[in-house]
Amino acid sequence: MTPPDNDPRTESFDLDYAPAPQSTAVVDIADEYGLFIDGDFVESRSGRTFATTNPATEEHLADVAEGSKDDVDRAVAAARNAYEGHWGALSGRERGKYMFRIARQIQERARQFAVLETIDGGKPIRESRDVDIPLSAAWFFYYAGWADKLEYAFPGRRVAPHGVAGQIIPWNFPLMMAAWKLAPALATGNTVVLKPAETTPLTALLLADVIRDVGLPPGVVNIVTGAGATGAALVDHTGIDKLAFTGSTEVGKRIQRATSGRRLPLTLELGGKAAHIVFDDSAVDQAVEGIVNGIYFNQGHVCCAGSRLLVQESVAEEFTLRLKRRMAVLRLGDPLDKNTDVGAINSAEQLRRITDMVDAGVAEGADLHQPACDLPERGYWYPPTVFTGVQQSHSVARDEIFGPVLTVQTFRTPQEAVDKANNTPYGLSAGIWTEKGSRILWMAEQLRAGVVWANTYNQFDPASPFGGYKESGFGREGGLHGLAPYLRAAGRVA
Amino acid sequence: MAGHMPVDKTYKLFIGGAFPRSESGRTFQVRSADGGLLANVSRASRKDLREAVRAARNAQAGWSSRTAYNRGQILYRVAEVMESRRAEFAAALRDTGRPARSARREVDASIDRWVWYAGWADKVHHVLGSVNPVAGPYFNFTVPEPTGVVVIAAPDEPPLMGLLSRLAPAIVSGNTAIVLTGGAASLVAVSLAEVLATSDVPAGVVNVLTCDKAEVLPWALSHLDVNLVDLTGAPDDLGDEVVAGAAENVKRIVGGREGSDPVEASPYVIGDFLEMKTIWHPIGR
Repeated sequence: MTPPDNDPRTESFDLDYAPAPQSTAVVDIADEYGLFIDGDFVESRSGRTFATTNPATEEHLADVAEGSKDDVDRAVAAARNAYEGHWGALSGRERGKYMFRIARQIQERARQFAVLETIDGGKPIRESRDVDIPLSAAWFFYYAGWADKLEYAFPGRRVAPHGVAGQIIPWNFPLMMAAWKLAPALATGNTVVLKPAETTPLTALLLADVIRDVGLPPGVVNIVTGAGATGAALVDHTGIDKLAFTGSTEVGKRIQRATSGRRLPLTLELGGKAAHIVFDDSAVDQAVEGIVNGIYFNQGHVCCAGSRLLVQESVAEEFTLRLKRRMAVLRLGDPLDKNTDVGAINSAEQLRRITDMVDAGVAEGADLHQPACDLPERGYWYPPTVFTGVQQSHSVARDEIFGPVLTVQTFRTPQEAVDKANNTPYGLSAGIWTEKGSRILWMAEQLRAGVVWANTYNQFDPASPFGGYKESGFGREGGLHGLAPYLRAAGRVA
Repeated sequence: MAGHMPVDKTYKLFIGGAFPRSESGRTFQVRSADGGLLANVSRASRKDLREAVRAARNAQAGWSSRTAYNRGQILYRVAEVMESRRAEFAAALRDTGRPARSARREVDASIDRWVWYAGWADKVHHVLGSVNPVAGPYFNFTVPEPTGVVVIAAPDEPPLMGLLSRLAPAIVSGNTAIVLTGGAASLVAVSLAEVLATSDVPAGVVNVLTCDKAEVLPWALSHLDVNLVDLTGAPDDLGDEVVAGAAENVKRIVGGREGSDPVEASPYVIGDFLEMKTIWHPIGR
């Protein structure tokens, strides 16, 4: 029996959650970290370091070596030696076995990885524990199995690795992005120089530890930490045969520009401004959860975040109300608390960018809504935010914010939803909520995006290709299609 | 009896299903091996390129929404019409110095190549798409889709086989194309345009610009409504800055890599002109 609204029993519940902190005893952060080159941790030739901090507390965590041009040279040379030596001659089966070992060790040390990821990057422990780390292990498992089956991947075509792959990854899913990059590269027989993001280097360095423990031959994976200059040195290095980059569209364009003369094989996984479309016949409560997950997952630091809600006009008012009600009970705070939904913004710089873009939205005349919530005093925080009254011309509806900021626009017909959804230079992902099957398939066909989630959102799997249309980049990561960027055609099967 | 005075053909551009001269009024001459004039060919300008891109964009949604079976039928029809003009194609190759037998062989092989690609229209999905076994209750599949509007720098050699080996894989899956061709290869390209105009290929699906490729390619590479540029027949000295223009809208660049085969026949060449779309849906009762 549902109690009536005025039943005192419903009022007597205390809906506050007791703190449920994750112990940090499993991690041991060193004071200093070196670069991982040729199987060893070494200092930067320049002697320069940078600090990495906990964005939830602003606490200094460690000093990390900043890779110079010299260091990138060293790393590329080590990768070249490994490729032309032992690794290049190794059978696919043996390569796969190293990768299976890496997958297992990530699983075995999963809690350590998860806690470190949350401390270094600010994401809720629930997400690093349940999403980032399990998917990272799964990525190595999946591609380990491909290593000795490549002749079945591209019927009729002989394939060969490029050689040395340069890889540059962002700070939003630090370990998972490393796994997305390393696993297909190693399975196909390449060697790698990987540059993690400067605000989140620690889990990649813990992965280096794992890589050493499993006995991967020196030089097969090299990890050079640093900021933009380190990345640029890798991009400009003529010793690499392949480059994969995940990050902003702005930097992606610079990289395409810088490497186009060399015709360097390139994979770009760039920004997005995904439309998340709700029809009047959707399962409303599920759709509300989907929208919330789509934009507030990982503080909105997600290239495929569903940042543009398009809701059918007939249900827009009701839906927006329910959405705001749901936002009011999102728990923002200590990322190490197992009940936390929204963690810390990754860096002061990103917080500034989000704040500036939201301010611009207000100045342009969109209506701002943020639920009442206490932001911790220290650290970088931004409350879940939604803009209504949004025009297509507003910058908040056009530019990627990469934060917990949703815009709401309405539509009347499926065609109008498609037109509005596709009215963007981006094309990474899109979401659809409707109970009508034929409409899902029609919408999925019309949307110009590389990933379409219908009646779900933000799902990832190593067997499932991921990547963008248009200015969201090119090349796919995941699945059979994720092998292709790391292989070159080497003739026909006789 | 007086002999028949031949009626010479005017070599014009092919844009949106029509045969206009270049708006610039420019032409270039193609001469035979012995120096005789074969044609004053229209030399396309930047504005002609813009018109061609507009025509290709307008035609793209309609072409890609045809069923794959229908696109295959239309491409097969092109081969039928080419077959009926074999002599003309062979003569065009001969005019520029090719021995008769070699010219005939190239024409026959080119027609066969086109038929081969026509048959891929409703099969390439089997080879390049996938159903993905994700670790959860979701149906997950990946389908190839056309990239959109593509510009093809056609190879100079072999003139007909080179052009068809790039154009067929580009349009069979639903892209629309602008072909850039120059020099003597222009003659067979214009003949092909006439074939396309009299087959059932909708206007704008293929546009042919005879031009100086080195002049027009930089504009194609920086054009914001072009999704992909095929550099197979691009001049070697195109210049890094020119190719870098593609980054402005993250254009895809295919072909023309060192060692790549300009006349490769492969479903993976079709794949070079495709995007992959992955779709998720929950499974539940």
